[in-house]
Amino acid sequence: MNNEINAGSMADIAFLLLIFFLVTTVIAEDKGVLVKLPPWSDEPPPELTINTRNVYSVLVNAQNQLLVRNEPMEISKLKENTKLFITNPQKRADLSEDPTKALVSLKNDRGTNYKTYLEVYNELKAAYNEIWEDEAAKRFSRPYEELTKTQRDEISAAYPLVISEAEPTKFGEEN
Amino acid sequence: MSKFNKKQGNANPTISTASLPDIVFMLLFFFMVVTKMRDTELMVGVNTPQASELTKLEKKSLVNFIFIGRPTAKFRDVYGTKPRIQLGDKFSSPDDIPLFLEKHRVTVPEGFKDRIITSLKVDGEVTMGIVSDVKTSLRKAGQIKINYSAKKRERTK
Repeated sequence: MNNEINAGSMADIAFLLLIFFLVTTVIAEDKGVLVKLPPWSDEPPPELTINTRNVYSVLVNAQNQLLVRNEPMEISKLKENTKLFITNPQKRADLSEDPTKALVSLKNDRGTNYKTYLEVYNELKAAYNEIWEDEAAKRFSRPYEELTKTQRDEISAAYPLVISEAEPTKFGEEN
Repeated sequence: MSKFNKKQGNANPTISTASLPDIVFMLLFFFMVVTKMRDTELMVGVNTPQASELTKLEKKSLVNFIFIGRPTAKFRDVYGTKPRIQLGDKFSSPDDIPLFLEKHRVTVPEGFKDRIITSLKVDGEVTMGIVSDVKTSLRKAGQIKINYSAKKRERTK
């Protein structure tokens, strides 16, 4: 008489487990919005005279509302508007003279929600990313990710990403 | 007369289980590779916001983490509910950041020191005041490459 338990189905059970975990495990990935901060300097910044038409000022107040070039705006419209400002396809007199001269200035309050701040920053970055992608398709007929380093440099030289951040205001309540 | 004669006799019908150890090892290796060990316990609640323009953090050894959020239930009695900064395994103030960065910097091999990235894991509901203080402190310490940790979402149309 053979008293061994049949372990043949163990393999099936193990596979089932394996597949279950394969499907359910979320591999933790660290991703985020990459930002380069300006280096600290104790000297006051040099006085720059920039034509106001080249400055795209974005203010976020403590109520998480947006003021873009002195006009209130929804975050959902920010990206398209920024793209329009940078590229200025119709050569309007109130938008940037040239993409290389365009400057995005972001200022927030100490009471602004981090979530809103990141959303605004993300939209501004998305505007540039979309411009770069369009330009990659136009100049090299290839997606931006597939371009070589020199080709990317050529695009970012034509459309340099300049997001300058001012010292935040202190009007709002901090939590 | 049948062609398929049933074999009579004492044939042993057990299935070979020789591959079981392989399967178990496969499981083991899979989890060994996938499991991310958290070396520091999170003392603040961090629920990062969503963003679409994300960059992956490639080399883990070149990244240091700063957490900002409200203390978790365990620490609420002692540290209150105001947002706090966590460096390593303790609550800190922005003044502790230079030392924290220096401690990480010495572990990075020469030649890679300019590629160090600070990952800011900040709770979405925190206000910018404390984040600005951290940013200023990072700039003063010469750490200008930062990464606002966020979850993936699709770009808005």
